[in-house]
Amino acid sequence: MKDIYRGSLVRLAVESPETMAKTYIKWDRDTEFHRLADSAPPQLWSEKKLKDFVEKGQEKQGERNFRFSIRTLADDKLIGSTGLWLLRETQGDAWLGIFLGEREYWGKGYGTDAMRLIVGYGFGELNLRRITLGLHAYNERALKSYQKVGFQLEGRARGEGMRDGVRYDGLYMGILREEWLKLNK
Amino acid sequence: MLSLQTQLFEEKDVIFGPIDYETHPAVESKWTHDAEFMRLMEIKPIRPLSVEMVKKSYESIEKEMDEDKNLYYFAIHARQNNQFIGKAMIEWIDWAHGNGFLRLGIGEAEHRRKGYGSQALKMLLRFAFNELNLYRVTAVVPAYNEGAMKLFQKFGFIEEVRRRKAICRDNEFWDLVSFGLLNAEWREQVSGQE
Repeated sequence: MKDIYRGSLVRLAVESPETMAKTYIKWDRDTEFHRLADSAPPQLWSEKKLKDFVEKGQEKQGERNFRFSIRTLADDKLIGSTGLWLLRETQGDAWLGIFLGEREYWGKGYGTDAMRLIVGYGFGELNLRRITLGLHAYNERALKSYQKVGFQLEGRARGEGMRDGVRYDGLYMGILREEWLKLNK
Repeated sequence: MLSLQTQLFEEKDVIFGPIDYETHPAVESKWTHDAEFMRLMEIKPIRPLSVEMVKKSYESIEKEMDEDKNLYYFAIHARQNNQFIGKAMIEWIDWAHGNGFLRLGIGEAEHRRKGYGSQALKMLLRFAFNELNLYRVTAVVPAYNEGAMKLFQKFGFIEEVRRRKAICRDNEFWDLVSFGLLNAEWREQVSGQE
């Protein structure tokens, strides 16, 4: 069996809450990063609050959420995080989240490589039927990456968010198990 | 135009009321034994709820309304005899961006298909757009719920997202459809009616 945690540029791992909190706090000061990844207004969490949040998440790991850190293969640098959250346990549908906090790794294939790992984990290990994700329409880099992996655009919530006084759409994408298997025969 | 004389919680045949811990739990417990109704209302696995369980669910609704302030829940009553016939809510309100999700259902079987759901939706939209000032509302409907699909279309909702085969019931696969209506679109409709 192949190593499902290992891609061509990155691997999926887990961090101690201390390491994750320290690193994430640095990333989340970057409001461009935050506004690409999240629709909630940026808040500047304390290191303690964030550490508790990561700890709580790890306690629940494996019930409904399956969360990983992303590390580079070349120098084992922590560059982001990804995960799957079961939407309805009995329906085999999960929500996918991913971000790369380290800007110098944007647009170079690291995110797409991590996407292939987490989607592969969802279908190969969690036996999902489909995977769902959402993004802001202005996040063109994410859209291209998700399309590369095989996600189809399933719709657009008109004017779902507003930033800097500008309304933008929310995009929703999905990939079905049979589509993924066909692409990865 | 400001119209303070408009009663936001009253329509022709139905009115909105608060939770009543004395009388509602027994009625709603009965609805939860109606599998067909529950599968139209819920996309999570259904199960019958005891009177006690319904009471608990009301407590958590009121807690959410108080603490998270992102939920407005209304009991639907028939105006004629004040009978509790259904429920309506605006949930998961995202105040920063002005979004909310709508959900409503008429639990009493003999009160369905009389336009009561329509009147409740009319009140819900008026509240969402004239009082909460939301920019848009969303309604999520499994594709087998044709009644709900028609109702939202009748009110001018646009089909925006179709999550393919997201729901499996009785070994059949159904899309999960999201409908959206913007405040501006609603306002145009309403001004045309007056």
